[in-house]
Amino acid sequence: MRYLPKSPEERRQMLAALGMGSAEELFSHLPADVRLDRPLDIPSGKSEYEIVQYFNGLAAQNANGYPSFLGAGVYRHFRPVVVDPLATRSEFLTAYTPYQAEISQGVLTTIFEFQTMVTQLTGMDVANASMYDGSTAVPEAGMMAARITRRDKLLVARTVHPEYREVLNTYGRHQTLPVETVAYDAESGQLDFDDLDAKLDHETAAVIVQSPNFFGVVDKTREAAELAHRYGALLVVIFTEAVSLGLLEPACEADIVAGEMQSFAHPPSYGGPFVGVLATRQKYVRQMPGRLVGETVDSEGNRAFCLTLATREQHIRRAKATSNICTNQALIALMATIYMSVFGKQGLRELAEQNLSKAHYLADEIGRNGGQRVFSGPFFNEFVVRTNGVGAAEVNRRALDEKIVGGLPLKKFYPELQDALLVCATEVNNRDEMDRYAAQFSG
Amino acid sequence: MIRKVRSHQTQNEPLLFERSSPGKKGYQLPPLDVPGVAPAEALGVANVRREIEGFPEVSEVEIIRHFTRLSTWNYAIDLGLYPLGSCTMKYNPRLNEFVARIEGLAQAHPYQPEELAQGAMRVQVQLEQYLRETTGMDEVTLQPAAGAHGEQTGILLIRAYLEAQGDARRKVLIPDSAHGTNPATAAIAGYEVEEIKSNDQGMIDLEALERAVDDSVAALMVTNPNTVGIFEKDIAMVAEILHTRGAQLYMDGANMNALVGIARPGDFGVDVMHLNLHKTFSTPHGGGGPGAGPVAVKKHLAPHLPVPRIEESNGILRYCYDRELSIGRVRAYFGNFGVLVRALAYILAHGGDGLRNATIDAVLNANYIRMGIEDRYELPYKAPSMHECVFSDDRQARSGVRTGDIAKRLIDYGFHPYTVSFPLIVRGALMIEPTETESKQELDLFIDALRSIADEVESDPELVRSAPHTTRTKRVDETRAARRPVLHWKAPEEEKQAAD
Repeated sequence: MRYLPKSPEERRQMLAALGMGSAEELFSHLPADVRLDRPLDIPSGKSEYEIVQYFNGLAAQNANGYPSFLGAGVYRHFRPVVVDPLATRSEFLTAYTPYQAEISQGVLTTIFEFQTMVTQLTGMDVANASMYDGSTAVPEAGMMAARITRRDKLLVARTVHPEYREVLNTYGRHQTLPVETVAYDAESGQLDFDDLDAKLDHETAAVIVQSPNFFGVVDKTREAAELAHRYGALLVVIFTEAVSLGLLEPACEADIVAGEMQSFAHPPSYGGPFVGVLATRQKYVRQMPGRLVGETVDSEGNRAFCLTLATREQHIRRAKATSNICTNQALIALMATIYMSVFGKQGLRELAEQNLSKAHYLADEIGRNGGQRVFSGPFFNEFVVRTNGVGAAEVNRRALDEKIVGGLPLKKFYPELQDALLVCATEVNNRDEMDRYAAQFSG
Repeated sequence: MIRKVRSHQTQNEPLLFERSSPGKKGYQLPPLDVPGVAPAEALGVANVRREIEGFPEVSEVEIIRHFTRLSTWNYAIDLGLYPLGSCTMKYNPRLNEFVARIEGLAQAHPYQPEELAQGAMRVQVQLEQYLRETTGMDEVTLQPAAGAHGEQTGILLIRAYLEAQGDARRKVLIPDSAHGTNPATAAIAGYEVEEIKSNDQGMIDLEALERAVDDSVAALMVTNPNTVGIFEKDIAMVAEILHTRGAQLYMDGANMNALVGIARPGDFGVDVMHLNLHKTFSTPHGGGGPGAGPVAVKKHLAPHLPVPRIEESNGILRYCYDRELSIGRVRAYFGNFGVLVRALAYILAHGGDGLRNATIDAVLNANYIRMGIEDRYELPYKAPSMHECVFSDDRQARSGVRTGDIAKRLIDYGFHPYTVSFPLIVRGALMIEPTETESKQELDLFIDALRSIADEVESDPELVRSAPHTTRTKRVDETRAARRPVLHWKAPEEEKQAAD
């Protein structure tokens, strides 16, 4: 087998050194009744060629090369060519968590840069080395808020990504953190402040809102912060589209910012692996979950980095840890770090402006063809539209005939939004495909 | 004599922020093909940021050099043996990277219509089937993002199952040799943790277990082979003790690399377990992730699995969300799909026989190392080793040299250290897991290195205590990092102001 670097003779020599005549003896101490007495029912090993063919065949059963207007937490952006050659360098790709700082300065330095850029983007004081993804960062932020406030109720806006809320519910149920949802304003698509005010109380640990929210609408985080803080609750702000941070005022008034950075250099990859972000104020750093990299010096006084504040973590604190998290998403965070350095201060803004312009163009074109935007709140690169009698499913069916994947029908997540589509346009959508999709809305 | 390495130059490199200068660019966007929209008009003035303060501006050449230089400061499995016990640092085939980047897989959107996602769904179905076969379990969820996330899912499944029986119970038992994630997970899932002492062979003490299991106990979380690399030979009895008292057996699959093709947890009484695809199934660790932590269960737990599940009829796959007893989602979408693709490629490359041969070589390598250094290092538990062997620094400690020092000295010999000071039941542990993807030559060099260090401990302990000597970064002051945490870069003026 090509991944096993031993000749039969070497194997024999090694076994002989152990005083064994056959490999079976390595397992002779296992009780007979736990041994598997037959070969695994998995076909015998395949060549590279066959495996590539196999996956090419599967890929061909997916929508391959279709223009798409899906966003909803997973965004298609152009990936600069330098990302993969750098991120797949052996020394990054095949290193472990950097416990041995002396021979891990490469990954430690990039994580420190990642943490720094996340604080710059979010306006927070500190950021960790990454979370599994945006959806799991939400309950981690909720649990963190509960630890800080010593309260247990979580209020989550209905405009937070529905699947993120499902994950929050799963975690919350077993942490005895009751989760209540806060309505959205049917006109603006933003938080319903009357409902929030009614549900906030002195048991509330955190108010969790998303901006731009699941409908693509930029929400009123400042007002949410004011109201939450009035009750002594924390404000957690979620984002799913990191490109928006190039243009939007960061939620500096938040206590915790959690989100998803897939947009920065990772393809949709059918939903993962992505990279979650968690950032907060300095005073809460010891309640943070996840890995943190800090600056220090080596014994010769040179700048060096290492994992730090590990006393929060499971391998030290065990049952009293801030989280059970061990693995993070260092490689995807590295891709995001490379991506952020490619675009930089000016490029990220230009990119965000292009996204804004494309989405507004598409919204206008759909409007011209009879579709109606559902919410009046300002939007970044996605928006909700109702079809004018054609029907969401029919619009998308027609689009598929033209080999275009339309926006996300919302009725699955929001029964009240029958016939509505969440439509996203990014810099990779060209005018022609936008025109063609918009045309499907005409009766 | 150090035979594996010679030192070579490494380039110095500042942080990106220190390379930055206004107006430098690493990007060029195509011209906009639609009318430009003024941000302040579309979003409202108050919603538009002035700039991203401190964000870097660098050119493409500098980016290439920056990350390439930084990369050379890392050790990696592609450079050599990486014997971290419990971590299973094996070769990560490049083929897996290649197939994960095939456009129809990499560009697939989780919300694209099911009829146009059949390939992505088939990947999951096929992988689930092979994981069921490998573990001997009945059903698998691929949703958990990592090992600890899989543990959490598994414990929630147990909780949901017991709740459905009318009694969630309140305690989870965990051996004192367990990974730290186990107690942390049980706590996250709302359970009290009770520790079970190991016996003098490093195994679960059946009598202690008998005493501990009562009707408040929901489950025992066991790692098998355990963290000293020993197969829990009484595992079937352990399962029986739990089952007769209504408790469940959870298995941490971190050490599954010792069992694939040899023994199956589903055949020795395990009710639920997780796998680490980034360990056993070779997906790259990438400096700390991504991983994937599929959970495999017996039938009785299956109704509680996270949604969605995939169902097949007439060759068409579809997602099924209608599961009343499900614990709900543990992650958005369908898990770390790209990692699943890589693991499936690995399984296909090996096949059933190949997977078994890999296990044999993994166990052979661990035992070969054990034999090679057994006369120089203290072996606290003498039971036969599986995929890893765990020594103690007892003999070296007499010269004032601890496991952490020996680890740092190994770096000078060109190796990544073993896992240091874990498991906690071994004083000053050296936990060594070579995996199957090491040649005899590499193992011999490693054995030579550890033997040579044992000599040095006797002849010149200070040489070992002050290691590493040949790295570009010398021993790092971790205490200082924790005492005055500096967690992000500050511009020099900012730093000066803070100091004033």
